[in-house]
Amino acid sequence: MAGVEAAGSGVGWEPPPEQGWVAPHLAAELPGLGIAWVEVDGRPGRSPEPVRRRLRGLSDRFFGAAAIQMRERPVPWAYRVFFRQIGLDPDHTRTPIEQLALDRLHDGAFKSRGLPADALTIATVETGIALRAFDAEQLEGRLCIRDSAPGESLAGRPGELPHGTLTIADERTPVGLLFGATAEGRGMERGTRRAAIVAVQVNGVSQMAVDEALRTAAVSIERS
Amino acid sequence: MPQLLDRDTLAGICAGGDERLARAELRRQIGRLERHLGGLVAEAFPRIRIDAGVAAASREPRAIGLGELERVRDALATRIAAGRRALGEQAELETRNRELLERMLVEPAAYKWVRITRDDLGEPGCGHWHSRPRFGLLGMLMGWWRVKVSSGCPL
Repeated sequence: MAGVEAAGSGVGWEPPPEQGWVAPHLAAELPGLGIAWVEVDGRPGRSPEPVRRRLRGLSDRFFGAAAIQMRERPVPWAYRVFFRQIGLDPDHTRTPIEQLALDRLHDGAFKSRGLPADALTIATVETGIALRAFDAEQLEGRLCIRDSAPGESLAGRPGELPHGTLTIADERTPVGLLFGATAEGRGMERGTRRAAIVAVQVNGVSQMAVDEALRTAAVSIERS
Repeated sequence: MPQLLDRDTLAGICAGGDERLARAELRRQIGRLERHLGGLVAEAFPRIRIDAGVAAASREPRAIGLGELERVRDALATRIAAGRRALGEQAELETRNRELLERMLVEPAAYKWVRITRDDLGEPGCGHWHSRPRFGLLGMLMGWWRVKVSSGCPL
């Protein structure tokens, strides 16, 4: 994929984010569920100053009351509802935006954890969208959301996945749990040269918000 | 998600029991209840903490079945009922405290040493009203009582 357009072009993309697929029975059961991603050149490492400055700016805008009221905002609420609908308790297994809010309150700021984490933090806090980063060169074909087949496992995790576990998968194997652990060797690690930024869309979340989140994260990573 | 919330009847569910439609309806109800619960939590903050937790149906994410969806829906409804009750009790307590403060301001000597904080009234900040004697011991002996308003939070 060619580079991301420079700032100032709205949510315009050239080319646009790629759309993954959702297993048909899941799409019927959980309408609105989707997955989209972009690939950008980028390595894990220390965040450049503009990214750290933006994190500091976000910290200054984010307070305890905002964290409490967040669950009334449409996008964070949509993820909370989706968590309930897939059997998770969002007050125990936090949605990505709520986990970031909690970390912000606990640490007193959005602490820099390097790339790609900082890029995902910025995009998630700005848009509320759940994002993940994978090593693009370790992915095969299109990404999808599907449930695990009997006997399937997640690399680096002992035992088989319980049958029916929702996963993000490429055309070979699951690369991570939906809103959970990433398979060993599929995340961005020391040798990674190209990142796949993945957004999980749920019912009630607009495609524009997803595109904006992917673009925001991709720009931060490409600037490194 | 307004399209989910707008449909407010059970008309979509076949009486014959199409389970998928029943699950869709339960998911819609969960969405609506989650919105109510979020509103209650925000309304109660920071006066009281409303427990919004509902035990997870599963350790891993998966498309849960009818029974589990019902259990989540029912647990959310229970949380909302408990939250409304707690909020109502808190509002009642704050009203009583506000009335007490009004009486105390009118007749400080009848409420010697009573101290009411802004927190007791459900108001933000850390000020308080304190019924105490003017001029210390002398005022106490003479019955010169007044309500002193604190200057607020220390810097």
